[in-house]
Amino acid sequence: MNEIVRAIGNVFLKMPKGFVVTLRHFFKKPVTIEYPKKKKPMAPRYKGRHYLERYDDGTERCVCCGLCAAACPSDCIYMEPEENEKGERFAKVYEINQIRCIYCGFCEEACPEEAIFLGHEYEFSSPDLNSFIMTKDKMLVAHPRKENPFKKLIRKARKVYGTVDK
Amino acid sequence: MLEMILFASIKVVVVVAAVLTGCAYSTLLERKVVGHMQHRMGPNTAGPYGLLTPLADGLKLIFKEEIKPANIEPITYMLAPMISFVPAILTFAVIPFGKDNTFFGHDFTLVLSDLNVGVLFVFAVTSLGIYGIVLAGWSSGSKYSIMGAVRSSAQMISYEVGYGLSIVGVLIIANTLSLRELVELQMLPLWGTVSFLPNWFIFSQPLGFILFLTCAIAETNRAPFDMPEAESELVAGYHTEYSSMKFSMFFIAEYANMIAVSAVGATIFLGGWHGPFLDTMPMLSVLYFVLKVFCFMFFYIWLRATFPRFRYDQLMAFGWKVLFPLALLNTIVTAFFVIL
Repeated sequence: MNEIVRAIGNVFLKMPKGFVVTLRHFFKKPVTIEYPKKKKPMAPRYKGRHYLERYDDGTERCVCCGLCAAACPSDCIYMEPEENEKGERFAKVYEINQIRCIYCGFCEEACPEEAIFLGHEYEFSSPDLNSFIMTKDKMLVAHPRKENPFKKLIRKARKVYGTVDK
Repeated sequence: MLEMILFASIKVVVVVAAVLTGCAYSTLLERKVVGHMQHRMGPNTAGPYGLLTPLADGLKLIFKEEIKPANIEPITYMLAPMISFVPAILTFAVIPFGKDNTFFGHDFTLVLSDLNVGVLFVFAVTSLGIYGIVLAGWSSGSKYSIMGAVRSSAQMISYEVGYGLSIVGVLIIANTLSLRELVELQMLPLWGTVSFLPNWFIFSQPLGFILFLTCAIAETNRAPFDMPEAESELVAGYHTEYSSMKFSMFFIAEYANMIAVSAVGATIFLGGWHGPFLDTMPMLSVLYFVLKVFCFMFFYIWLRATFPRFRYDQLMAFGWKVLFPLALLNTIVTAFFVIL
């Protein structure tokens, strides 16, 4: 008898509440983002694939000081320095092993020249292991920029500390 | 004579095709509705709004490899999907799905066979489906399958009682077992007096309707009574060991059963194909019928999205201690008033 009363009470008092909840949600907009078709805009400080910045005149910011490689906890940055005809240092080889990289952003913080940044690109899976070694030509931004920079660069001009005799 | 056979065969083909398409699209409806109730999109890749998904599913299932476990009983293993599939389709033989009309000068009844014991036939045939489940569970030679089958048979036998008793009230009032006559009775004004409402039996038998609905859900093994295929406990229940088309036959059978039970419910309690403006446009009756069945189907899915599964002992207790006495009470009270 008790069970019957409880069941009738549930059917008329409690079950409608449940039905109303699901029906209300039925008319709400799905939260799904249809990923390959639509992409969520990334958070401004998202740490994706690295890129190397340039000055406005197109010269590379990186001076191959090695601070990024020193700061790197996973030891994934390799660089070889060289001097150009004006005697300025630049990186002849600059490689990041993106399989080792943990995308911590320490290189970005360590860089005194505002040269390396972690961008917003996150779709770089590949069946080829070698393609994960990012070389300089892949990381440097195109010279006449196609997109606006993600980060605001504080140093606009190059600082020149004295000249070198030829 | 030849015309009769021709008409009958056309009707059979159309009804079977419609039911199978209905099954396919109720899977899509279910996935869509449950998806939206959970803030998801549901399938939307194949075709516009995912409308070709059932087709893609069907093609995939046909081309799937058929895996046979080592310790099966081959003949019963083969037969079981068919045994559960056929009764599900068979129900539609007696369900009137539209108003009789004339077609090129011939009488054209929109029912496959107007049996004078239609209700009895429906209830007898739907109960046969359980043999498919039991045989599937037993012949698969797997503990999950047999557990699912045992649960299912116990559940279906228990709920059969309430299921049958729930409509006895209607039958006492209607004094007929023919589904066609039941529909015609429901076209009269309500209780012979209220002229703006039809005499649908849901108004005179509200308790009977709720009992019928509950038992029907349990009878078709749907959530929250989906004990036989409780995914979290039994993998998939009785069809764990089935693959390819055999699996999909169980699947179609489940959905065909849902549609059949919905159609029976619509016919017995919601006036079948009855609705307004039938005198001017008789073909509207089919639309009304489909609409009523759709409402039932939507309710099924809505219920599935809303409530969790019963515990097994709660399920049996609910069947025997609540539904059965209530159905008996309903019958007795109805009989009492009819005698008065």
